[in-house]
Amino acid sequence: MSTLITDDTQGFGPDNPAPRIDPPRARTRRSPRATRTNYEMYAWVFMRLSGILLVVLVLGHLLIQLVLDGGVSKVSFAFVAGRWASPFWQVWDLLMLWLAMLHGTTGLRTIINDYAQRDGTRFWLKMLLYTAAAFTIVLGTLVIFTFDPNIR
Amino acid sequence: MSSTLTKPGPGPEAAAGTSAAAHKITATFRIRRYDPEVSDKAVWQDFTIEIDPKERVLDALHQIKWDVDGTLTFRRSCAHGICGSDAMRINGRNRLACKTLIKDLSPEKPITVEPIKGMTVLKDLIVDMEPFFQAYRDVMPFLITTGNEPTRERRQSAADRERFDDTTKCILCAACTSSCPVFWNDGQYFGPAAIVNAHRFIFDSRDEGGEQRLEILNDKDGVWRCRTTFNCTDACPRGIEVTKAIQEVKKALITRRF
Repeated sequence: MSTLITDDTQGFGPDNPAPRIDPPRARTRRSPRATRTNYEMYAWVFMRLSGILLVVLVLGHLLIQLVLDGGVSKVSFAFVAGRWASPFWQVWDLLMLWLAMLHGTTGLRTIINDYAQRDGTRFWLKMLLYTAAAFTIVLGTLVIFTFDPNIR
Repeated sequence: MSSTLTKPGPGPEAAAGTSAAAHKITATFRIRRYDPEVSDKAVWQDFTIEIDPKERVLDALHQIKWDVDGTLTFRRSCAHGICGSDAMRINGRNRLACKTLIKDLSPEKPITVEPIKGMTVLKDLIVDMEPFFQAYRDVMPFLITTGNEPTRERRQSAADRERFDDTTKCILCAACTSSCPVFWNDGQYFGPAAIVNAHRFIFDSRDEGGEQRLEILNDKDGVWRCRTTFNCTDACPRGIEVTKAIQEVKKALITRRF
């Protein structure tokens, strides 16, 4: 009628029970430690606000780049140079770059915090993430502001 | 009166007996068994029993424990959905065994019964609830006031009572917390149940410890880890809008800080 537990090869018994398997990162008497900062709240609010802004910025960007005025075939060096001559598009692209990078970084940080089990793994994944984000933001900002259409 | 007795046929007791037996169906319960004194591995064990589908899963567990296998271990106290002892994962969803009718579980297929997830299994369906209650204690679930004791009861308007009415229904069964994927991954998270019980006092007009509780829940493992997956709201056997309560705590934090 039913299968019984028969695996007693390791000799477990009332005086020798199997070891407890606690879940990873279980709550202990000393955790979670209070940090007394509003950082998590600011990160949460930033995700919402930047998300709303990004909907406008990214959809507008996609519309201009891919749909209006002959679609993607018009995008060339001259087209980009022409747009970045105007401070409005410089600010648009700068805002989009910063918000998208910080939004994505905060999101990935959340995922790493949720899924990385060991403290070391979590720390190094986040360091990798922050380095990559900082590199991209610095490089992108540099390009937007120092862009010179007169290359020869 | 006597004319009704002229009809021959089985007596009322016999009729009730046959109809009760006819009501019964054969249902298979696939139960997650674990006994550290026998093996370090958890296994599925099937029990096929005859039972009325209008009975509850808890009745089936009783029948198995009393008539088939006395080593089956589970918690239950009141058996009427108030004490919150018998939360378990039935057919992949967290429910109270004493509030789940067998007919609602498509009993033609095996009904799976597991311990709630995210906590250490001690034996069969019993888990170590200590981390859960530790999180509960950490939000200070008691009245905090300043000043002298009033000489009569602390009065409250019906509207003020209504403000936190939903979260007073919690029975601490841990169905919500153990359905939360953030809690599964990281037991440091306070979990829905602790936040619900903090909500119950934060929004109580008689309580003055709201700011302290908000400060506790503002931290790394507080409300901001909630991903609004609504697992907790779906799991709650009392129908508490758990995710809404968590969002209200978030809103209170934001409006007080900005």
